[in-house]
Amino acid sequence: MPGALGATGPARARGKAEGAAAPLPELANVPWRRPATSAWLAARGRLWTLWTVAMTIPFAGAAAVLLALEPLSLPVALASVAHAWIIPELYAFRGANVARPKGARHPRAEPVAQGLLGDLLDHDERELQRRTGLALQRGELGTWLVAEAGALLVAPGGRRVHCFCVRATGADLPPSDRIAHLLLALRADEEGFATVANHAFAGAPWRLRRRLDAAMRPGLRAAAIYARA
Amino acid sequence: MSRLIRLDSTGHSTLAAWTADDPAGYEAAVAAFREELDAGYIAMVDEGRGRATHVRELPREAELVLLRRPIAGG
Repeated sequence: MPGALGATGPARARGKAEGAAAPLPELANVPWRRPATSAWLAARGRLWTLWTVAMTIPFAGAAAVLLALEPLSLPVALASVAHAWIIPELYAFRGANVARPKGARHPRAEPVAQGLLGDLLDHDERELQRRTGLALQRGELGTWLVAEAGALLVAPGGRRVHCFCVRATGADLPPSDRIAHLLLALRADEEGFATVANHAFAGAPWRLRRRLDAAMRPGLRAAAIYARA
Repeated sequence: MSRLIRLDSTGHSTLAAWTADDPAGYEAAVAAFREELDAGYIAMVDEGRGRATHVRELPREAELVLLRRPIAGG
């Protein structure tokens, strides 16, 4: 489809804008939140790792102790191991959920919105978005994958993914317009975007990948490659 | 040709267009711009290369100004 804006990607140099580097206006709605800097994100990631360990070790340890004391307690030990496995999986599922398509598909308006979104993206990112539904955006905090009602951030190094729940207000927007809203806000103020968004999960990419829709996994793989570069 | 575009339920709508030598067109675009800001829209200029800028006045020289709705944590 030709670009809806009649121009292509980053070659569209824009005129000088007033108020450059202005923070996101939406920050005024969350004055109590600390800015989501890279240090804040790293601390949040460590907290999630500690929490996961704290949820897993007791159940796994209990299973080991039970088996050591009484082999006939195997069923109870297995149930304990299942808890150690399921709880981190549920958190990863919650993280992957932010990237899932949500809301009405708007089949009539969506092609128009897709054209506009395509114009905002470079060629490779445009192709990736059409295949995966995720718009890749490189930033200072890492490599972002913007979805319809959320965003994934692969931290520099590619060893941790942060999941954010964030959406454009109004339920009547076609899917690609929802992504374009988030992408524009992210491009204007990355830290502000991460501050306004709700942090839902942080963990290793492999944990999230298993819970993502299959079509979205190449997006996460591409973001991890960028993040490691 | 500069354009003022609103992201909305139709995909997007072109609200105004103007050129550097068209003061009347620009003034009409400014009026439409202010009306949308009053309605709660936020104006952005996408600068390419992964950057966008929030603007409160309509930049005369900008090729494309996009109006989006506010975002919020879900």
